[in-house]
Order: sequence, then structure tokens, then C-alpha cells
Amino acid sequence: MALNRSNWRATAEAIAIPIVAILFALILFGIFCAFCGKNPLSIYGAIYSTAFGNWRTFQGTLLRAAPLMLTALCTALPARLGLMIIGNEGALVMGGIGATIAGLMLSYGSLLPNVDQVKNTLGLPSLTVQIGMALGGILFGGLWIAAVGALRHYRAVNETISSLLMNYIAIALLNHLVEGPMKDPASLNKPSSFPIPDAYQLSNISGTRIHYGLLYGLIACIISYFLIQHTTFGFAARTAGGNVKAARIAGLPVGKLTVIICFLAGSCAGLAGMVEVAAVQGQANGSLVAGYGYAGILVAFVARYNPLAAAIVAVLLGGIINSGGALQRTFNMPDATVLVFQGLVFIVVLYSESLYGRLKIFKEAEVKAPPPSAASTAVPV
Amino acid sequence: MSTKRSLYLPRRQVIRGILATAAFGATSKLWTGCSSTPEGASGPGGDASPTAEGGKPIVIGFIYNAPKDDYGWNQAQATGAAAIASIAGIKIVEQESVPETKEVQEVMRNMIEQDSATVIIPTSFGYFDPHVLQVAKDYPEVQFFHSGTLWKEGLPKNVGSYFALVDEGQYLAGRIAAQASKSGKIGFVGAKPINPVLRNINSFMLGVRSVKPNVKMQVIFTGDWSLPVKEAEATNSLVDQGADVIAVHVDSPKVVIETAEKRGVLSSGFHSDQSALAPKGYLTGTMYNWGTIHKKYVELLKSGKTLMNGGIPHQVIGGIAEDYISLATFGPAVTDAIKKDVEATKAKIVDGSTVVYTGPIKDNGGAVKIPGGKKYPVTAQELTQIDWLAEGVSGKTS
Repeated sequence: MALNRSNWRATAEAIAIPIVAILFALILFGIFCAFCGKNPLSIYGAIYSTAFGNWRTFQGTLLRAAPLMLTALCTALPARLGLMIIGNEGALVMGGIGATIAGLMLSYGSLLPNVDQVKNTLGLPSLTVQIGMALGGILFGGLWIAAVGALRHYRAVNETISSLLMNYIAIALLNHLVEGPMKDPASLNKPSSFPIPDAYQLSNISGTRIHYGLLYGLIACIISYFLIQHTTFGFAARTAGGNVKAARIAGLPVGKLTVIICFLAGSCAGLAGMVEVAAVQGQANGSLVAGYGYAGILVAFVARYNPLAAAIVAVLLGGIINSGGALQRTFNMPDATVLVFQGLVFIVVLYSESLYGRLKIFKEAEVKAPPPSAASTAVPV
Repeated sequence: MSTKRSLYLPRRQVIRGILATAAFGATSKLWTGCSSTPEGASGPGGDASPTAEGGKPIVIGFIYNAPKDDYGWNQAQATGAAAIASIAGIKIVEQESVPETKEVQEVMRNMIEQDSATVIIPTSFGYFDPHVLQVAKDYPEVQFFHSGTLWKEGLPKNVGSYFALVDEGQYLAGRIAAQASKSGKIGFVGAKPINPVLRNINSFMLGVRSVKPNVKMQVIFTGDWSLPVKEAEATNSLVDQGADVIAVHVDSPKVVIETAEKRGVLSSGFHSDQSALAPKGYLTGTMYNWGTIHKKYVELLKSGKTLMNGGIPHQVIGGIAEDYISLATFGPAVTDAIKKDVEATKAKIVDGSTVVYTGPIKDNGGAVKIPGGKKYPVTAQELTQIDWLAEGVSGKTS
């Protein structure tokens, strides 16, 4: 790809195609709404005003986008290495478990504190506990997906299937822990771990109701972008993703790259789990399994594995989820309506990828060589 | 110039498309989303029925954690909502399939800010802590009626709990099951071995044993509130082991009832009325009459009473005597003799001469859990500590 000359056309292509695709999906959705007997224009209006209309509702959009940014990276990063990992949900759950264990140990010194320990917390500064929880989440989530990478590299186990199956193991482990070894006896009807003390929970960004998880997400996306696009490590990973044999011949440590990238990917999702525990639930329980992981896969696909684009797509998806409630309450449409919209957007955007490199308007005039094959165009700039 | 090949799809892209569709299916639970509810099937909704009475209507927001036509917990709540939707001066807004995350906090805020709701009824157990408590602090003027028994002194004044105790209903359902069963074996599909489910099982079993002390009951816990595949497997294996009545306590008994009907055995439901799902084998089941409670709230609200000024109690709780629960439509297997027995027993429960938890009651290991002479009414605190299965039930609590 022509990185060395002015590539405004490629940039314009990368921006125009998704926008046109989303508009097209909106039209399809409008037709669907019309069939349901609703006025599409007023529904568009409601979606816009709920998702992005004013600062109060936009906060709701950002709040929903926060975990998706992190879980999207769990698919996006390994994809640059040619691996299709869909273990985001499991890594998130493991991260939540890790963060809870770290949080409980650092605040009470025990997973099952007795009455005395609850009263007299260890009294560590809250920043220490929060960093400990973040590290716990990163470590558990990272190791979970690193295991997938290692199985892939050393034992040739298909990473898509193993990561998917490991989701179920992680969820089962969570249920086992909160119903057994880590159960707070007070949580009779909804088995949960002991709660992290309020003082140690992540607060909201001042003046908003958005927790700091959004900031974590944005930072993780930016770091990942620079790591992949602007470092030798990222270059090596992309090379191995392009052609493993060539990368081996060039002497790149493919195994190490695989495991490290998988660890980073899992640690992002694990961090999302930590945020869920530290900022939202305050303890580990079944509510951790909320589908953020699976939604993150979609975000990564639509963002074409570009970490920066993932942040934007996450906000878009957050907006769609946000507007779903208004459709139900104002238009009395079933809850599946917003899923229809979401599905249309994703399918149209994904299939719009086949347009890349095929539209004359985005071609450099002097290019004489045949257009690059579709496979190589699938890798974003 | 040479882009003659029009749209062809490289394999990579097709695989990605399929994966994306699968992931989408997984996130969106398409199988539940598809169940056909044209709007307002279970309730006329609140759409544009401007109420007279001068002033603005009281807007009540209902939040459910699954589709409101699930034949289970959520349908029972939505039926309660529908019961008050047409009352003059009341407007309801509803949102279904809301997970127990920040999402439910956002939904509550949106109902308050956009729909001007002044009363919120979050119906899922897991909404309470931390979600309802956090939002309630931010909106001290809005009242939150949570479905459960979680409100305690010291929690925000604008939060209240309402709940119905099902023990007496399940006791009656157990009596019916015992009389209808021929094999003397009953199966029970439960979600998790936690107090409300264990109480449900024990109440049912006490009902069974009050008629036929030798009947055995086998319990299978699926491990979670909504696992349709495991629920079907559990039902099948219970039938294979000889059970001819299947009772159930999961979020939506639909799968269990339908599977039992297919296998030609009797079934006893829960939460709401499932008689339409099993016209042959359905016996009955305890169903919640949330409408009774909701109507009571509406009456109080319309007369200006609130939780904050003490006009509305923070804990509303009751059982069969208050009509908070009742038995669902009887199926054909419930004979007139059984119906007569149910009427008589119900009358005894209401007047207090029959108490479900009357000692001595042993657990299934033989240990006496409630000593002889003790009688615990359904509201007794001791019953919330039950973590055992009653005599005659085979199954483990952990």
C-alpha cells in the first residue's frame, strides 16, 4: 500500500465506504420500520436524539461503549497476526475473577473475610488497591488468551474453536467460585463474592456518570494502535500475519509473537472485566456475563481490526444499544427491533468490505498495475 | 481500469461474515428475540392514551430482564403491569431484556428524564444492589418499587420492596401432584440450589407428603436461571427415571412444560399460567398476581401517598390470603375430587389452621430441621435460612 505518497484517496475510501454502508443500513431499517407500521423518519429522529442528541444521553452512549472498546481489542490484536480469537467473554470473566481476588486480598487480606476483617480493612491507599485489581484483571485475562495462543502455536489447536470453548469454561469457573469457595454467605439469592469496599471502587469521571473505564478503553486503543502500526514489534506481528512462512524465514520469533499478542489481547478484555467489577458491580457474580465479549467481536470486525476505529465503532454501537430503550418505550416496538437494526448495520458494513479497491473514484489515476487482490485489501492501512 | 470482476466474495470474507453472524446471534439471543410478540400482546402498553382528570398522568416505568412474553417471571410481571395500564391517570412505559449492568441504571435514568416517570418498578432481583440503590440516591423524588424482599431500614427512603411468598401455592400444587401421580415418582427441575428455589421444592414436597408420604421426588438443578437445553435434558432424564409429574422453578418454565407434554407426562408450572402450553398434561402451578399489588400501589399513589411521606409501606409481602399468588388454570387431569380437596385445604391455609412449615420436618439426610411443635408462617425469618432439601427429595444442595 502506498504509504509513501499522498494517499488521500485511500483515506477517503476508508471513510466514505463505512459511512455509505451505515446510511444504506439505515434505509433498510427504515423499510423494516415502515412494514411494522411506524414512521421511519420519527424513528431515525428518536435513535439520533437518544444516542447522540445531548450530553446527558450521550453519556449513556459512552458508558455502554467503554467495555466494548476493551473487549474489541481482544479480537482485533490477534487478527493482525492472522488469528481469529473469539474468547473475549471468557477473558472478561477471568479478568473479573482476577480483579476480585486481587481486590479482596488487598482490602481484607482474605477471600472470605470474617467479621473482624470486614471491619478492619488493611487500610491500603485506594490507588494501590485499584492498580492491584487492574493487574489482577490483566494477568488473568491475559493468561487465559495466551493459553489459546500457545495451544495454537505449539499444538496446532484451532484458536477460534478453543477460545470459544474456553468462554464456557470461564463462565463455569465463575459460577463455581461465587457459589462455593468465594461465596459471601449474605448473598443468598444471588450468589456473589464478598463486595470490594466502596472506597476502593472506581469512581466516575467528575461531573459525569461515566466511570473511568472509558478512559482505560481509549488509552488501550491508542496504545494498541501505536504498538501495531508504529513499532518494530507491531511490524513483525503484521508480517507474521501476512505470511507465516516468510516471517519464519526472515527469522521472526513467531511463537513468541503469538503468545505475547494473545496475552495483550486477553489482558484488554481482562481489564474490561476489572472495570465491571471495580466500577459497576462491586463484586464478582453472574452479572459479569453480560455479552460485552461477544459484542466486542462485532466491533472488531466492523473496525477492520484497527484499534482506533474500534473506539469509534464502539461508540456507534453504544449509541445503537442506547437508543433501543427509546424504541421500546416511545414506539412500543419489541426489544428485538434494535437487534434488527444492529444486525443490518453489521452485515451491510461487513459486506461493504468487498467494495474496497473496486470503486474507480478512489483509484489513483496513474495506476496501471491490476488492482491488488481482495485478500490483501482486507488488511487496513 | 481492469476491474471487470464485479462482486465476488473471497473465502476469508465469507468466513468472517459467518462468524459475525454467529457472534451476533450469541449476543442478541435471537432465539428469544424471535418469539412473536406483536406490540401489546401481553398488555396494551401505555401508548397515547391521554388520561383525563386534568393534570399529567402518573408515569410508571417497568423494567424486565427478558422478553415479557416468556411464560415465566417476566410475563407474570408484565401481566401485573397490564392490569394497571388502563387505569385513568396512569401511564406505563415498559422495557424488556435489560441486563443487570450499568444498562439498567441508564434505562431507569432515561425513563425518569425522557418519559417523566415518577415511579419505577424494576422487576429483576439483580437490579437492586447496586443499580436501584445508586439511581435512587440521584433521584430522591422518584419512587422505586423493587420486586424482592431486599429493602431494609437504612436504605434510601424512596425505595420499597414488594414480594409474594409462594410456599402455600406450591404446597397446594404438591397436593394436586401427589393425587394425580400414578407412579409415585415426581421430578423437579430447579435453577440453582439457593434459598428461594429450595423453599419452593420443600413446600411442594410437604404438600406431596401431606397426601402420600411415600412419594419420592428427584431434583435436578440446571445451574442457572435460563438454560433451555439443559432444562429439556433434565426433564427428559426425569421422565426416563419414571417420574410422571414434573414440577419446575426456572425463569421460564416453557421448555420444561412443553417437554413434559411431549413425553406424555403431567406437569406443574410456576410464575405464570402455562396451561396453554400443555393442554393435556398441565396440572396447575403457583402463579403470581402482581396486578393485586400494583393496583394497591396505584390507589395509594393517586391519593398522594408516597414512600417518602410514609403513606406507602416499604415492605409489601403476602401470600395466598392476600391474593398475591393463586393457582393457575387447572388441567384436565385435575379431577373434581382433587379440586374439592384443594378448595378445602386452601380455606384451612387462609384461616391459619394449616401451616405449611409445621414441625417436625426432617431434611433428606434424616436430620430434624424444624422441631416438632414449631409452626413457621410463610413470613417467618427462619424460612429465609433454609438451605436443605426436605425428606423424600433426592438431590444435593451443593
